[in-house]
Amino acid sequence: MKLKSIWDLANPTRFLGLVNAVLPWLAGITALTFIAGLYMTFFVAPADYQQGETVRIMYIHVPAAWLAMLTYSVMTASSIGSLVWRHPLADVSVKAAAPIGAAFTLLALITGSLWGKPMWGAWWVWDARLTSFLVLFIMYLGLMALQSTIEEPGRAARAVAILTLVGFVNIPIIKFSVDWWNTLHQPASVFRADGPTIHPTLLWPLLVMAIAFSLLFLTLHLAAMRNEILRRRIRTLRLMQASGETGTAATPAAQEA
Amino acid sequence: MGGDPHTFYIVTSFAAFGLTIVGLVAWVMIDHRAQKSTLASLEARGMKRRSMRAAKGEGA
Repeated sequence: MKLKSIWDLANPTRFLGLVNAVLPWLAGITALTFIAGLYMTFFVAPADYQQGETVRIMYIHVPAAWLAMLTYSVMTASSIGSLVWRHPLADVSVKAAAPIGAAFTLLALITGSLWGKPMWGAWWVWDARLTSFLVLFIMYLGLMALQSTIEEPGRAARAVAILTLVGFVNIPIIKFSVDWWNTLHQPASVFRADGPTIHPTLLWPLLVMAIAFSLLFLTLHLAAMRNEILRRRIRTLRLMQASGETGTAATPAAQEA
Repeated sequence: MGGDPHTFYIVTSFAAFGLTIVGLVAWVMIDHRAQKSTLASLEARGMKRRSMRAAKGEGA
Protein backbone atom coordinates (compact mmCIF):
# COMPACT_ATOMS: atom_id res chain seq x y z
CA MET A 1 0.00 0.00 0.00
CA LYS A 2 2.79 2.37 1.02
CA LEU A 3 4.84 1.30 -2.01
CA LYS A 4 1.86 2.02 -4.24
CA SER A 5 1.44 5.55 -2.84
CA ILE A 6 5.15 6.25 -3.38
CA TRP A 7 4.89 4.86 -6.90
CA ASP A 8 1.90 7.13 -7.54
CA LEU A 9 4.25 10.09 -7.25
CA ALA A 10 6.05 8.78 -10.33
CA ASN A 11 3.14 10.23 -12.25
CA PRO A 12 4.20 13.81 -13.11
CA THR A 13 0.63 15.10 -12.83
CA ARG A 14 0.28 13.78 -9.27
CA PHE A 15 3.76 15.08 -8.49
CA LEU A 16 2.77 18.56 -9.74
CA GLY A 17 -0.32 18.49 -7.54
CA LEU A 18 1.78 17.62 -4.51
CA VAL A 19 4.38 20.31 -5.30
CA ASN A 20 1.71 22.98 -5.78
CA ALA A 21 0.25 22.08 -2.36
CA VAL A 22 3.49 21.94 -0.33
CA LEU A 23 5.59 24.66 -1.99
CA PRO A 24 4.04 27.73 -0.25
CA TRP A 25 4.40 26.03 3.16
CA LEU A 26 7.95 24.95 2.43
CA ALA A 27 8.91 28.46 1.28
CA GLY A 28 7.44 29.94 4.47
CA ILE A 29 9.27 27.47 6.75
CA THR A 30 12.52 28.13 4.83
CA ALA A 31 12.19 31.90 5.29
CA LEU A 32 11.46 31.52 9.03
CA THR A 33 14.45 29.19 9.48
CA PHE A 34 16.72 31.66 7.70
CA ILE A 35 15.47 34.50 9.94
CA ALA A 36 16.23 32.37 13.04
CA GLY A 37 19.62 31.32 11.65
CA LEU A 38 20.69 34.87 10.74
CA TYR A 39 19.53 36.16 14.14
CA MET A 40 21.67 33.50 15.84
CA THR A 41 24.58 34.29 13.48
CA PHE A 42 24.68 37.99 14.37
CA PHE A 43 23.16 38.21 17.88
CA VAL A 44 23.74 34.86 19.63
CA ALA A 45 27.01 33.44 18.30
CA PRO A 46 30.08 35.06 19.88
CA ALA A 47 33.08 36.37 17.96
CA ASP A 48 35.90 33.84 17.72
CA TYR A 49 38.85 34.37 20.09
CA GLN A 50 41.31 34.24 17.16
CA GLN A 51 39.31 35.21 14.07
CA GLY A 52 37.12 37.85 15.71
CA GLU A 53 33.98 38.82 13.75
CA THR A 54 35.31 37.20 10.57
CA VAL A 55 34.08 33.84 11.90
CA ARG A 56 30.55 34.92 10.90
CA ILE A 57 31.43 34.10 7.29
CA MET A 58 31.48 30.45 8.45
CA TYR A 59 27.66 30.49 8.89
CA ILE A 60 27.16 30.87 5.12
CA HIS A 61 30.37 29.34 3.77
CA VAL A 62 30.08 25.96 5.52
CA PRO A 63 26.34 25.30 4.82
CA ALA A 64 26.84 26.40 1.18
CA ALA A 65 29.72 23.91 0.84
CA TRP A 66 27.70 21.11 2.50
CA LEU A 67 24.74 21.77 0.20
CA ALA A 68 26.98 21.90 -2.87
CA MET A 69 28.06 18.32 -2.08
CA LEU A 70 24.57 17.19 -0.98
CA THR A 71 23.06 18.49 -4.22
CA TYR A 72 25.59 16.50 -6.23
CA SER A 73 24.76 13.41 -4.14
CA VAL A 74 21.03 13.91 -4.86
CA MET A 75 21.89 14.20 -8.56
CA THR A 76 23.87 10.96 -8.33
CA ALA A 77 20.97 9.10 -6.67
CA SER A 78 18.59 10.49 -9.31
CA SER A 79 21.02 9.43 -12.06
CA ILE A 80 20.87 5.86 -10.77
CA GLY A 81 17.05 6.11 -10.84
CA SER A 82 17.27 7.42 -14.37
CA LEU A 83 19.66 4.77 -15.70
CA VAL A 84 18.33 1.73 -13.84
CA TRP A 85 14.57 2.35 -13.68
CA ARG A 86 14.23 4.95 -16.48
CA HIS A 87 12.17 6.95 -14.01
CA PRO A 88 10.95 10.15 -15.76
CA LEU A 89 11.06 12.21 -12.56
CA ALA A 90 14.67 11.11 -11.97
CA ASP A 91 15.73 12.81 -15.23
CA VAL A 92 13.81 15.90 -14.22
CA SER A 93 15.44 15.86 -10.77
CA VAL A 94 18.99 15.75 -12.19
CA LYS A 95 18.37 18.59 -14.62
CA ALA A 96 16.61 20.77 -12.02
CA ALA A 97 19.28 20.29 -9.34
CA ALA A 98 22.36 21.21 -11.42
CA PRO A 99 21.97 25.03 -11.50
CA ILE A 100 21.13 25.06 -7.77
CA GLY A 101 24.23 22.99 -6.97
CA ALA A 102 26.36 25.25 -9.17
CA ALA A 103 25.07 28.33 -7.31
CA PHE A 104 25.83 26.81 -3.88
CA THR A 105 29.30 25.79 -5.07
CA LEU A 106 30.04 29.26 -6.43
CA LEU A 107 28.81 30.82 -3.16
CA ALA A 108 31.10 28.50 -1.15
CA LEU A 109 34.06 29.41 -3.40
CA ILE A 110 33.40 33.18 -3.16
CA THR A 111 32.82 33.21 0.62
CA GLY A 112 35.79 30.88 1.12
CA SER A 113 37.97 33.31 -0.79
CA LEU A 114 36.62 36.26 1.22
CA TRP A 115 37.32 34.33 4.45
CA GLY A 116 40.74 33.15 3.27
CA LYS A 117 42.15 36.58 2.42
CA PRO A 118 42.04 38.03 5.98
CA MET A 119 42.80 34.68 7.70
CA TRP A 120 45.41 33.11 5.38
CA GLY A 121 46.59 36.24 3.59
CA ALA A 122 45.58 34.78 0.21
CA TRP A 123 42.42 34.84 -1.89
CA TRP A 124 43.20 31.41 -3.31
CA VAL A 125 45.67 28.56 -2.80
CA TRP A 126 45.92 25.43 -4.94
CA ASP A 127 45.48 23.05 -2.02
CA ALA A 128 43.54 19.78 -2.30
CA ARG A 129 40.28 21.00 -0.73
CA LEU A 130 40.02 24.19 -2.74
CA THR A 131 41.08 22.55 -5.99
CA SER A 132 38.67 19.60 -5.64
CA PHE A 133 35.89 22.08 -4.87
CA LEU A 134 36.72 24.07 -7.99
CA VAL A 135 36.54 20.78 -9.92
CA LEU A 136 33.02 20.29 -8.48
CA PHE A 137 32.00 23.71 -9.84
CA ILE A 138 33.42 22.85 -13.27
CA MET A 139 31.55 19.50 -13.13
CA TYR A 140 28.27 21.32 -12.54
CA LEU A 141 28.93 23.67 -15.46
CA GLY A 142 29.91 20.72 -17.67
CA LEU A 143 26.72 18.82 -16.80
CA MET A 144 24.57 21.86 -17.55
CA ALA A 145 26.38 22.39 -20.86
CA LEU A 146 25.98 18.72 -21.82
CA GLN A 147 22.28 18.84 -20.93
CA SER A 148 21.68 21.82 -23.18
CA THR A 149 23.74 20.38 -26.05
CA ILE A 150 21.48 17.33 -26.61
CA GLU A 151 17.99 18.31 -27.69
CA GLU A 152 16.12 15.05 -27.05
CA PRO A 153 15.45 14.89 -23.27
CA GLY A 154 15.79 11.09 -23.00
CA ARG A 155 19.22 10.99 -24.67
CA ALA A 156 20.40 14.05 -22.75
CA ALA A 157 19.29 12.45 -19.48
CA ARG A 158 21.29 9.25 -20.11
CA ALA A 159 24.46 11.13 -21.07
CA VAL A 160 24.16 13.46 -18.08
CA ALA A 161 23.40 10.54 -15.71
CA ILE A 162 26.56 8.67 -16.79
CA LEU A 163 28.74 11.78 -16.43
CA THR A 164 27.16 12.56 -13.03
CA LEU A 165 27.98 9.04 -11.78
CA VAL A 166 31.59 9.36 -12.99
CA GLY A 167 31.91 12.78 -11.34
CA PHE A 168 30.69 11.47 -7.98
CA VAL A 169 34.22 10.19 -7.34
CA ASN A 170 35.09 13.81 -6.55
CA ILE A 171 32.72 14.00 -3.54
CA PRO A 172 34.76 11.70 -1.20
CA ILE A 173 37.92 13.41 -2.49
CA ILE A 174 36.51 16.78 -1.34
CA LYS A 175 35.41 15.35 2.01
CA PHE A 176 38.67 13.56 2.84
CA SER A 177 41.12 15.88 1.05
CA VAL A 178 41.92 17.62 4.33
CA ASP A 179 42.86 14.23 5.89
CA TRP A 180 44.69 12.71 2.90
CA TRP A 181 46.90 15.73 2.10
CA ASN A 182 48.50 18.61 3.96
CA THR A 183 46.15 21.48 3.24
CA LEU A 184 45.88 25.09 4.31
CA HIS A 185 42.16 24.44 4.73
CA GLN A 186 41.31 23.29 8.24
CA PRO A 187 40.18 19.67 8.84
CA ALA A 188 36.55 18.75 9.61
CA SER A 189 35.29 20.11 12.93
CA VAL A 190 31.60 19.07 12.85
CA PHE A 191 31.19 15.67 11.12
CA ARG A 192 33.93 13.71 12.89
CA ALA A 193 34.01 10.18 14.28
CA ASP A 194 34.87 11.55 17.74
CA GLY A 195 32.15 14.23 17.65
CA PRO A 196 32.24 17.96 16.87
CA THR A 197 35.24 19.94 18.13
CA ILE A 198 33.50 23.27 17.65
CA HIS A 199 32.04 25.00 20.74
CA PRO A 200 28.21 24.66 21.10
CA THR A 201 27.74 28.45 21.04
CA LEU A 202 29.18 28.42 17.51
CA LEU A 203 27.80 25.00 16.53
CA TRP A 204 24.07 25.65 17.08
CA PRO A 205 23.79 28.73 14.83
CA LEU A 206 25.76 26.77 12.20
CA LEU A 207 23.32 23.84 12.39
CA VAL A 208 20.28 26.15 12.15
CA MET A 209 21.80 27.80 9.05
CA ALA A 210 22.53 24.33 7.61
CA ILE A 211 18.85 23.37 8.10
CA ALA A 212 17.80 26.65 6.43
CA PHE A 213 20.08 25.95 3.44
CA SER A 214 18.72 22.36 3.20
CA LEU A 215 15.12 23.63 3.22
CA LEU A 216 16.07 26.21 0.59
CA PHE A 217 17.48 23.46 -1.61
CA LEU A 218 14.33 21.35 -1.17
CA THR A 219 12.07 24.30 -2.02
CA LEU A 220 14.09 25.38 -5.06
CA HIS A 221 14.54 21.81 -6.29
CA LEU A 222 10.81 21.07 -6.19
CA ALA A 223 10.04 24.41 -7.88
CA ALA A 224 12.66 23.80 -10.58
CA MET A 225 11.35 20.23 -11.13
CA ARG A 226 7.85 21.66 -11.60
CA ASN A 227 9.22 24.09 -14.21
CA GLU A 228 11.06 21.29 -16.01
CA ILE A 229 7.90 19.12 -16.18
CA LEU A 230 5.99 22.07 -17.69
CA ARG A 231 8.88 22.64 -20.16
CA ARG A 232 8.63 19.01 -21.31
CA ARG A 233 4.87 19.29 -21.73
CA ILE A 234 5.40 22.36 -23.90
CA ARG A 235 7.94 20.43 -25.99
CA THR A 236 5.43 17.60 -26.44
CA LEU A 237 2.69 19.98 -27.57
CA ARG A 238 5.05 21.73 -29.99
CA LEU A 239 6.08 18.38 -31.48
CA MET A 240 2.39 17.52 -31.90
CA GLN A 241 1.77 20.91 -33.46
CA ALA A 242 4.70 20.45 -35.85
CA SER A 243 3.47 17.01 -36.93
CA GLY A 244 -0.06 18.36 -37.48
CA GLU A 245 -1.63 16.28 -34.74
CA THR A 246 -4.41 17.72 -32.61
CA GLY A 247 -4.95 15.05 -30.02
CA THR A 248 -2.59 12.29 -29.12
CA ALA A 249 1.16 12.38 -28.62
CA ALA A 250 3.20 9.24 -28.90
CA THR A 251 6.71 10.70 -28.72
CA PRO A 252 9.05 9.66 -25.89
CA ALA A 253 8.90 13.23 -24.59
CA ALA A 254 5.13 13.02 -24.35
CA GLN A 255 5.36 9.82 -22.36
CA GLU A 256 7.89 11.44 -20.05
CA ALA A 257 5.70 14.46 -19.32
CA MET B 1 31.22 44.46 13.98
CA GLY B 2 31.47 47.99 12.50
CA GLY B 3 34.93 48.54 14.02
CA ASP B 4 36.27 45.15 12.92
CA PRO B 5 39.21 45.43 10.48
CA HIS B 6 37.65 42.74 8.31
CA THR B 7 34.17 44.26 7.95
CA PHE B 8 34.58 44.49 4.15
CA TYR B 9 35.06 40.70 3.86
CA ILE B 10 32.10 39.93 6.13
CA VAL B 11 29.71 42.37 4.43
CA THR B 12 30.76 41.21 0.93
CA SER B 13 30.24 37.56 1.92
CA PHE B 14 26.71 38.20 3.18
CA ALA B 15 25.97 40.33 0.09
CA ALA B 16 27.04 37.38 -2.10
CA PHE B 17 24.79 35.12 -0.02
CA GLY B 18 21.82 37.50 -0.46
CA LEU B 19 22.42 37.85 -4.20
CA THR B 20 22.64 34.06 -4.62
CA ILE B 21 19.33 33.47 -2.84
CA VAL B 22 17.53 36.31 -4.64
CA GLY B 23 18.97 35.10 -7.96
CA LEU B 24 17.86 31.49 -7.43
CA VAL B 25 14.36 32.45 -6.26
CA ALA B 26 13.96 34.91 -9.17
CA TRP B 27 15.17 32.22 -11.62
CA VAL B 28 12.55 29.64 -10.54
CA MET B 29 9.74 32.21 -10.33
CA ILE B 30 10.42 33.84 -13.73
CA ASP B 31 10.87 30.43 -15.35
CA HIS B 32 7.60 29.18 -13.81
CA ARG B 33 5.70 32.20 -15.09
CA ALA B 34 7.17 31.77 -18.58
CA GLN B 35 6.41 28.02 -18.79
CA LYS B 36 2.86 28.46 -17.48
CA SER B 37 2.10 31.23 -19.93
CA THR B 38 3.52 29.28 -22.92
CA LEU B 39 1.58 26.15 -21.91
CA ALA B 40 -1.63 28.17 -21.52
CA SER B 41 -1.24 29.76 -24.95
CA LEU B 42 -0.65 26.35 -26.61
CA GLU B 43 -3.69 24.87 -24.86
CA ALA B 44 -5.77 27.89 -25.87
CA ARG B 45 -4.93 26.99 -29.50
CA GLY B 46 -6.49 23.57 -28.96
CA MET B 47 -3.29 21.60 -28.30
CA LYS B 48 -3.89 19.06 -25.56
CA ARG B 49 -1.83 16.16 -24.26
CA ARG B 50 -3.11 12.60 -24.57
CA SER B 51 -3.70 12.35 -20.80
CA MET B 52 -5.79 15.54 -20.77
CA ARG B 53 -7.95 14.32 -23.65
CA ALA B 54 -8.42 10.94 -22.00
CA ALA B 55 -9.45 12.62 -18.74
CA LYS B 56 -12.08 14.65 -20.63
CA GLY B 57 -13.28 11.59 -22.55
CA GLU B 58 -12.25 13.02 -25.92
CA GLY B 59 -10.76 11.07 -28.83
CA ALA B 60 -10.46 7.30 -29.17
